[in-house]
Amino acid sequence: MKPRSPKSYDETIHRDGRIWMVLALVVTQGVPLAISLHYGVWPPLGTFLKGFLPTIMVFWPIALVEVATFTPMLGSGGTYLGFVTGNLSNLKVPAAINAMQQAGVEPSTKEGEIVSTLAIGASSLVTNLVLALGVLLMSYLVPVLESPALKPAFANLLPSLFGALGVVFVSKNWRISVAPLSLMILLFLAAPSLPVGILIPVGALVSIGAARALYKRKLLG
Amino acid sequence: MGDIRNSAFLFALGCVVAAFVTLQSLVFIAKAWREGKRIGLPAAAMRKTLVSSAVFTIVPSAAILLAVLTLAGSLGLPLPWIRLSVIGAITYELPAAETAAQAFGASTKSPILDPTVFSAVAWAMTAGSVFAMFLVIFFVKRIQGGISKAQSRDTKWVSLLITAMFMGLISAFLGGALAGGAVSILSLATSALVMALFGLLIKKAKLPSLESFAMPVSMLCGMASAILYSRILEGGAK
Repeated sequence: MKPRSPKSYDETIHRDGRIWMVLALVVTQGVPLAISLHYGVWPPLGTFLKGFLPTIMVFWPIALVEVATFTPMLGSGGTYLGFVTGNLSNLKVPAAINAMQQAGVEPSTKEGEIVSTLAIGASSLVTNLVLALGVLLMSYLVPVLESPALKPAFANLLPSLFGALGVVFVSKNWRISVAPLSLMILLFLAAPSLPVGILIPVGALVSIGAARALYKRKLLG
Repeated sequence: MGDIRNSAFLFALGCVVAAFVTLQSLVFIAKAWREGKRIGLPAAAMRKTLVSSAVFTIVPSAAILLAVLTLAGSLGLPLPWIRLSVIGAITYELPAAETAAQAFGASTKSPILDPTVFSAVAWAMTAGSVFAMFLVIFFVKRIQGGISKAQSRDTKWVSLLITAMFMGLISAFLGGALAGGAVSILSLATSALVMALFGLLIKKAKLPSLESFAMPVSMLCGMASAILYSRILEGGAK
């Protein structure tokens, strides 16, 4: 009998990714189910929906935009893994961007797919380890993490992260960055309490529009 | 029934979730590594990606731990740990928990001791993630197929399109940081400046070994400077 040739990465990544996603669905939804079964506590459906529906009306459209925006950036493996391990815009996406930038590879290429998946995998392992150690050592860590002296540092994590990432990307693609950056600065100056999550797709659309216009005029090298 | 928030059962559930996420990460790393070797990526380059991404992640993970701590006061340790280990992000978990608690006349501003309210909060935080998971299951292959097709027509444009998407994400966060007040703007500027200095050292002084540390060190400098700026500008830790 002719031995079956092993299936390629491209053939198996979507199958494997979907299997892991279904397993993640079972594991995650299993947590509240286990709580309800083990303790015999079931929230009354009507009251529960009153609290649940307003949240999903805001967050499910964001999920739709995140899947559409992050999938091309992260590649298949990175997307299947990143959407299970979470903390995408504040950690996994910057980690993947940084790794691809350092390795000198482009997203949505074979090399970008590998580098992005490795970066998200390593990032997930470290977050998991930090959280597990943190939970174990919480009594020792509380005074440090909650110390008033460190409060401004943690409050400014995202400006510090995106400041460093921004300088790399803006310097490399300054022509594309002018339109979205100007718009975002104006928007946030006008309404500082706007949620960043909702503005990511707006920024992406403006940025794509600007890039397309510049590309058509042959202004992008 | 007593306070179930920090029960051994919930910690056991947390261990199961952490083990699952660890296993999936290892499986995907192994799969990517094998494919990387097959297409000729040097092992040293892939190792560098793993190490630098791990280093890059340490500080943001400490911030995620802080988010666990923020929720732990009302929900105990295991549930926030579970939620922020898998799919979660503080931007969703906190409002989901609060609105669910409010429906039952409670609030995450104080400990949630009633097991029914606690289970409602657990359901709300978890069930909200279902939609994104279904989207990934059904649409990622199609989206990637669309990207591949577009690449075959115009590779350069697709590369620019994805760069533009990155710029959209980065612009939103940069805009948000600029609206965050003087300390936020100065921290951003400091980390950008340190990163630019790293760039000069890496390129002009030919020190590529600094690449892995450039991002985390710049980030730490930005965060450390926030402590200083807040003392100078706001007269104390804010």
